[in-house]
Amino acid sequence: MKAFAILIVLLAMTGTADAAEIRVGSKKFTESVILGEAVSHLIRDAGGRAIHRREIGGTRVLFQALLKGEIDVYAEYTGTLSQEILAGLKLDSNAKIRAALAKRGIVMGRRLGFNNTYAIGMNEDRAERLGIRTISDLASHPDLRFGFGNEFMNRADGWPNLRRRYGLPQKNVRGLDHDLAYRGLEANDMDAMDVYTTDAEISYYGLRLLRDDLNHFPVYQAVLIWRAGLDPEIVAAFRRLEGRIDEAAMGRMNGRVKLDKVSESEVAAAFARTSLGVNAIAVDESMWRRLQRHTMEHLTLVAISLSAAIAFALPLGVLAARRENIGQIILAIAGVIQTIPSLALFVFMIPLLGIGGPPAMVALFLYSLLPIIRNTYAGLTDISPSIRESAEALGLPPGARLRLVELPLAARTILAGIKTSAVINVGTATLGALIGAGGYGQPILTGIRLDDVALILEGAIPAAILALMAQGIFETAERMIVAKGLRLKPAA
Amino acid sequence: MFILEAITKSFDGRIAVGPINLEIATGSATVLIGPSGCGKSTLLRLMIGLTTPDTGAVSFEGALVTPDSAPMLRRRMGYVIQDGGLFPHLTARGNAGLMAKYLGWTQQRIDDRLADLAALTAFPIDGLDRYPAQLSGGQRQRVSLMRALMLDPDVLLLDEPLGALDPVIRYELQDELREIFRTLGKTVVMVTHDIGEAGFFGDDIVLLRDGVIVQRGDIRSLVNAPADPFVEQFVHAQRSVADVLAETRS
Ligand SMILES: Nc1ncnc2c1ncn2[C@@H]1O[C@H](COP(=O)(O)OP(=O)(O)O)[C@@H](O)[C@H]1O
Ligand SMILES: [Mg+2]
Repeated sequence: MKAFAILIVLLAMTGTADAAEIRVGSKKFTESVILGEAVSHLIRDAGGRAIHRREIGGTRVLFQALLKGEIDVYAEYTGTLSQEILAGLKLDSNAKIRAALAKRGIVMGRRLGFNNTYAIGMNEDRAERLGIRTISDLASHPDLRFGFGNEFMNRADGWPNLRRRYGLPQKNVRGLDHDLAYRGLEANDMDAMDVYTTDAEISYYGLRLLRDDLNHFPVYQAVLIWRAGLDPEIVAAFRRLEGRIDEAAMGRMNGRVKLDKVSESEVAAAFARTSLGVNAIAVDESMWRRLQRHTMEHLTLVAISLSAAIAFALPLGVLAARRENIGQIILAIAGVIQTIPSLALFVFMIPLLGIGGPPAMVALFLYSLLPIIRNTYAGLTDISPSIRESAEALGLPPGARLRLVELPLAARTILAGIKTSAVINVGTATLGALIGAGGYGQPILTGIRLDDVALILEGAIPAAILALMAQGIFETAERMIVAKGLRLKPAA
Repeated sequence: MFILEAITKSFDGRIAVGPINLEIATGSATVLIGPSGCGKSTLLRLMIGLTTPDTGAVSFEGALVTPDSAPMLRRRMGYVIQDGGLFPHLTARGNAGLMAKYLGWTQQRIDDRLADLAALTAFPIDGLDRYPAQLSGGQRQRVSLMRALMLDPDVLLLDEPLGALDPVIRYELQDELREIFRTLGKTVVMVTHDIGEAGFFGDDIVLLRDGVIVQRGDIRSLVNAPADPFVEQFVHAQRSVADVLAETRS
């Protein structure tokens, strides 16, 4: 078991970066991924080694990762920088944003060309029928149902201030995933949503963009931001994107990916070839390679977090069973951890441990503790007093009693707890993709983004199979570990 | 063998046992008897150090029984409880040999000893590799007795060893058990709530009530010279078949 854990740690470590690697980040939406791919192509063209850490998460995750040096460069928007990341500073010009970033050791490039700002979109027919052309027009239709991306619901320039600015009376406002919102609009489950002006879906779904007649939305010019001190040749290479992508070009690229199902890497490579004359070749993994990688990532997450949880929770469970008062505290703490929504637990890890595998493993580790602790505790305290007393009366010291009598008797319950943890762990590990840990959650996330069921299944099916396998493994282990005498039905 | 001096033991503020002074002579067969809840088991558990007294002291062969000394002293005591307390995950052999194995005996030495004990307790040799769940109640008590005798202890402490058995088997085992005690010639302290069983086993009967000793002596003195009405009542509390027949006839 121990050797196995060491092996896993070594495997995990081989994945970490060496010095010459440039780590490009992207947020979990298509445009960001395409830009990440484009940056990567340009770095490779200049002879650099680019690793694209795709779809790591949202704005805060990416910016934190950049500050911590876990990624070196990613595409951001000036509006996001001024309104969200540096919101407290009230920065009203690009020069001020640039200066504020410089203080944090981050360089902001020139604009890439397009302005991807927020807009409110409605179904064209419906907007026409209601006579809605501007955001102000919404005020006279209080029954309209809004569905906004979770980010839009919370940011300073998002829904709270939009509503105030325009005096919007609507009560039926839901937060949901941006990509799901398009489908909700089409299914007529809602009437209006936030869109980005470069979204390919705008023309695909035939949406009307309502005019921002009070100029509420700030300008969202796309820029690259990177850590100061990167190799100047590399920086010069990716800065070739500056001023080269207008809204139409970006919207087309988004459409190629989201609607024509071409890979981001291929779309970015085509752009680099035609617009920049760079001989870029798409680096697309075959489905099998991808499955292999996701399997390896997922197994690593589960194996490390679960072995650590077992190693930690078993002694805690024993301690809890031995010392009633400490036991109650341990069980209470583990119980509280379990009540934290798993998604929140993953996100809590980012400020502490950054992004990627380690924070995901810690979250999974914490999540796996309770079933093991509780079952170890229950298995040990359920042993009948007469058996416990008989062991003590023989003169066996506490350690020997635990090893020879109590743990074997509790083995079935303990294994059931480990099995529960393993199954929960395999499922919850899919959330690791949200903080850049990869695994089967990655194709699920990407599949949701691209509305690609096959891709979703590419993550969901192996995750389900892995959960079943974990269950099978522990059931086999139960037959091997639990003594035969415990599996017999009593004669009398 | 045992000296208990000014012992008291309370649970949750209620006195369960004491104050008690009790001396148990080497080679004697002592029976602790009394109504349910009077503190018999607690007294036995105090002797083997499974509980510690609130006041007073217990000594075994001149050594004070304390939480520190108890584990070593217990190797010289055998302890059998009502339902056997056998470890369900171990075979009869595993149960009886557990402590010896822990002490580093070879399997050969354990098996030899077990062969002797099986003969003594009339336990079938082929039953040694069965699990408790595969044994009858009487056989389980024999395994429990073998386990207690494994290290050849100086004293046997038995807490209602026959209490869970049906009357016929119980009757048989009473005979056998007394025979075994005679063969071994060890000091025996046995708990029962059955006055007939007490008289059958013990030359020295200690009658308890609410944690204190009411009378001590042989069965004759309890019957003929009860110390108080409680003793008289207790001694006659059990209906014999003869009593029942007499009652239904009238
Ligand atoms: N571990 C314990 N915790 C609380 N009360 C106990 C405990 N053990 C025994 N007692 C109480 O002490 C009294 C004597 O119990 P016990 O020695 O088991 O009686 P007996 O064996 O004579 O039936 C009873 O009232 C019982 O409820
Ligand atoms: Mg009792």
